Amino acid sequence: MKRIVTIKTRNLEESEKNGGCGECQTACKCGVANQKCENANK
Amino acid sequence: MIHQYKLNGFNIVLDTYSGAVHCVDDLSYDIIELYETKSKEEIKQEMQAKYEEITEKDIEETFEEIENLKQEGKLFTKDIFENKNLDLKKRDTVVKALCLHIAHTCNLNCEYCFAGQGKYHGEDALMSFEVGKQALDFLVKNSGTRKNLEVDFFGGEPLVNFDVVKQLVEYARSIEKEVGKNFRFTLTTNGMLLDDDVIDFLNKEMNNVVLSLDGRKEVHDRLRKKLNGDGSYDIIVPKFKNFVEKRGNKEYYMRGTFTRNNLDFTNDIFHMADLGFTELSMEPVVSSPDAEYGLKEEDLDKIYEQYEILAKEMIKRKKQGNPFTFYHYMIDLSAGPCIYKRITGCGSGTEYLAVTPSGDFYPCHQFVGDKKFLMGNVKDGVTNTKIRDEFKLCNAYSRKECKDCWAKLYCSGGCSANAYHATGSINNVYEYGCKLFKKRIECAIMVKIAEAMEEDEMLATC
Repeated sequence: MKRIVTIKTRNLEESEKNGGCGECQTACKCGVANQKCENANK
Repeated sequence: MIHQYKLNGFNIVLDTYSGAVHCVDDLSYDIIELYETKSKEEIKQEMQAKYEEITEKDIEETFEEIENLKQEGKLFTKDIFENKNLDLKKRDTVVKALCLHIAHTCNLNCEYCFAGQGKYHGEDALMSFEVGKQALDFLVKNSGTRKNLEVDFFGGEPLVNFDVVKQLVEYARSIEKEVGKNFRFTLTTNGMLLDDDVIDFLNKEMNNVVLSLDGRKEVHDRLRKKLNGDGSYDIIVPKFKNFVEKRGNKEYYMRGTFTRNNLDFTNDIFHMADLGFTELSMEPVVSSPDAEYGLKEEDLDKIYEQYEILAKEMIKRKKQGNPFTFYHYMIDLSAGPCIYKRITGCGSGTEYLAVTPSGDFYPCHQFVGDKKFLMGNVKDGVTNTKIRDEFKLCNAYSRKECKDCWAKLYCSGGCSANAYHATGSINNVYEYGCKLFKKRIECAIMVKIAEAMEEDEMLATC
């Protein structure tokens, strides 16, 4: 039995390669936690 | 760096620099907690003393799992980004978003308004089409290769100047194709001036709308009053219902502010949900703790409890088939922001500028009216590059208070405006806001874990 369940997340080191395009959006008027990225799974 | 916490029956371990999220059993939780400070033998002895039913084989297997995750770069990862941050300081910046203060006036007189009843501590003012057009031209010209440009109509109450809103949207749409850009419009409103014509226009042109409602009638009317002192709840709720229904119940946020007067603010969120609104946001008032409604240090435990109640209720209602969303809990673990975005944050003063009715530039809407932060104007562009350079240096690695904080790649070092208003410097942190942010992120990740366990599809392993 596995005692540790790992939830699927975007790896931040890998995001260096498919990130940085700046096209994501800049409600509350926030951190960046709520942002979505269209390139995350490319 | 890791962060461990227990919430709603889950033992959660976050790995800061990989972004990994783990849900673990009690034995793993305890071993991980001791892993970097005690020897394997010491940990074994402690675990055998604590858990009578655990065998040596169980402990060995747990150590093996932890070692594997460490080798895979998902646990106890080191900071590989700090030195790369130096490159970010030298980066060229483009402008991709404007907050257009289309009206520095308001038809409500909300006591807690950070904008001083919409006037930003100045005189009543409306933005002209000409100033707005120059702002849009500036945005296009200074946006480099960015395709998506964002324009938020803000105030005051933007609908007081609705004709200019329409003219500016029409102008932007007329040049979109020619300049190869895609304008995304948003608007924040108190709802008082919504009618069918306004609603039809906003539903056609706005990618998102933010609708101000504080929750229960007595809570809302206590601080969100008309100019004659009467509450505004009974006027705006039917209008918002009509608006949201016509909008297809999507691409909006019902946005409230909670104060010391309603520390039980989850009841206001549930009230909104019970009215039929499903996209919800509730923000802590930003004010001096000396204000009658200001949040105080002694309120923190109550607020933490409310955030937990909210997370549990969100999970429960989703299971029951009547879900609602809470803005701060809507994080996307698998398709969230890249490391560049996580370090640099909202882009205020660099990618994001606020424009006053007369055409002046400020780093963001919360600095408007403070002449120390005047950056330029729509005619001359950004002339005070010193301020832009100061904001360029504000990020997750620029504040000493963030150095050992597990949450810095979720908050990017926090809000510069909040820091400035709380401490007098954009390079400090607003500690009260940090505490609330960390609690919200803990709850948000717990909600995601609960959903993953329910759906099973996000799990990499189980």
